[in-house]
Formats: sequence, C-alpha cells, structure tokens
Amino acid sequence: MQLNTAVTRSQEAILATNKVIKNTYILLSMSLLFSAFAAFLGVITGIGHGAALVASIAGIAMLWFVLPRTANSAAGIPVLFGITGLLGFGLGPVLNYYLAVNPSIVMTALGGTGAIFLGLSGYALTTRKDFSFLGGFVMVGMLVVLGAALLNIFLGIPALFLAVNAAVVMIMSAFILWETSSLIHNGETNYIMAAAGLFLSILNMFQALLHLLGAFGGND
Amino acid sequence: MDWLKIGSALFLLAMIIFLFPRAKHAIENSPKGSMQDWMGYIVPMAAVILFVILLIALV
Repeated sequence: MQLNTAVTRSQEAILATNKVIKNTYILLSMSLLFSAFAAFLGVITGIGHGAALVASIAGIAMLWFVLPRTANSAAGIPVLFGITGLLGFGLGPVLNYYLAVNPSIVMTALGGTGAIFLGLSGYALTTRKDFSFLGGFVMVGMLVVLGAALLNIFLGIPALFLAVNAAVVMIMSAFILWETSSLIHNGETNYIMAAAGLFLSILNMFQALLHLLGAFGGND
Repeated sequence: MDWLKIGSALFLLAMIIFLFPRAKHAIENSPKGSMQDWMGYIVPMAAVILFVILLIALV
C-alpha cells in the first residue's frame, strides 16, 4: 500500500515536472517571437539610443518589480510579453547598426544563439545532470561582468569590451544549463519565471554574439 | 561625457546593487560541485567556445 502511494506520488511529480518544462518552452517560444516582432519594429522605426535605453530600463524594471508579484497568476503572462517586447524593442539601434555594417552578422548571431540554446537545453534535458552547483558561479560571474562593463563605459577599452562579451556567452551558457536543470529537479516550479530567465539568457547571448562577430568579422 | 553614458552607467550600477544580495544568497546556498560535476559543465562549454570560433570564421 505504502509502495503504491510512493509510486503514484513519484509519477505525479514526474508529470508535474514535464508540464512545467512544456509550458516553459511554449511560453519562451511565444515570447521570443513577440520580442523578434518588437525588435523588427525597433529597426523599421529607427529608434534612437536614448529611447532604446529607456525601453530596456522599463523592461528590466518590470522584470524586477512587477513580474515577481504577478508570476503566480494569469497576469504574469502579459507582463512577461511586456518585458520581452520592451527588451526586443530596445535592440533596435544595435540591430540597425549591424544590419548596415554586414547583415550576415545578425543572421549568424541569431542562428548561433538558437543552436547554442538548443544544444545546451538538449544536453541538460537528456543527461538530466544536476547543475545546481553552478548557481554561485553564475551570479558571481554576472556581477564581475556588470562591474567590468560599468568600468569600460568610462575607460572605453576595446579588448575589455570583447572580453566582457566573451564572458557573457559563457555565463549565459552556464545559466541555461542551471535553469534547465532547475526545471528538471524541481528547483523552479513557476514556468513564467523560468521562461523569463531563459529569455534573458538568450537575449544577452544574442547581443554578445553580435558584438563578437561584429568585432572579429572583419567588416567593423 | 554625454547623458547616454551616464544613463547606461546608472543602469548597470542598479543591476549590480539589485543582483548583489542574490549573488550572496546563491554563493551561500549553492551545493558544491564535484570534479565530475565540473567536467559535465566544462565539456559543453568547450563545445560552445569551438562553435563561436566557427561562427566567427564563417562571418
């Protein structure tokens, strides 16, 4: 009797985990499409750097202060679309710049980001390894990268800019493994928060790849 | 220095301030990884690095 109850609970836990993973990837796909549409609007309207910065700040502020309060209700979904839309729109000037320099950079960065995300997610989902030990590494890495980026606003060293972008690719890769593993091992049970985290890692990786390809691509 | 740089710097500073307590919490509460765990991270990272080098060569 006790064994049957334990087996039923275990099956329920697996089903619940699979449901969270499925919902996370559906919501992530939809928010990426919406963000791509917003980025397209940012490109065709020729949004300036100031407006892009305001859109990005608004998106991050919603992510910090509104999403955690709404993520456990249906209101979390439109909030997530608002965040992804604003952050996508904020990409406008960067995309316009690279489209003018060499359009293949944008397509390569987009394809590369998709391939890295699918590869790492597939790795975490198929091996079912627990990457929870990466939590501290990811957070410290983010702080170091943000500190270096802040410093480089005043110093303007091109090598530091490239090092920061290379580090962002590595840290976002670690974040994808960590977040996906967290979904599998029930660390994250809210698919809206999980989709938001994965969206941010994809967005940051795309931007970092754009800068790396732009710098080393030979047309910059 | 233009206001765009100042705005970006303030934005990054706010992110650092916001992330700092979360980073502290993550360091204190994350389990320690074994050598095998870290190898499970290093192998896909090496693949990512090689892939990025390939992308750079393609552009």
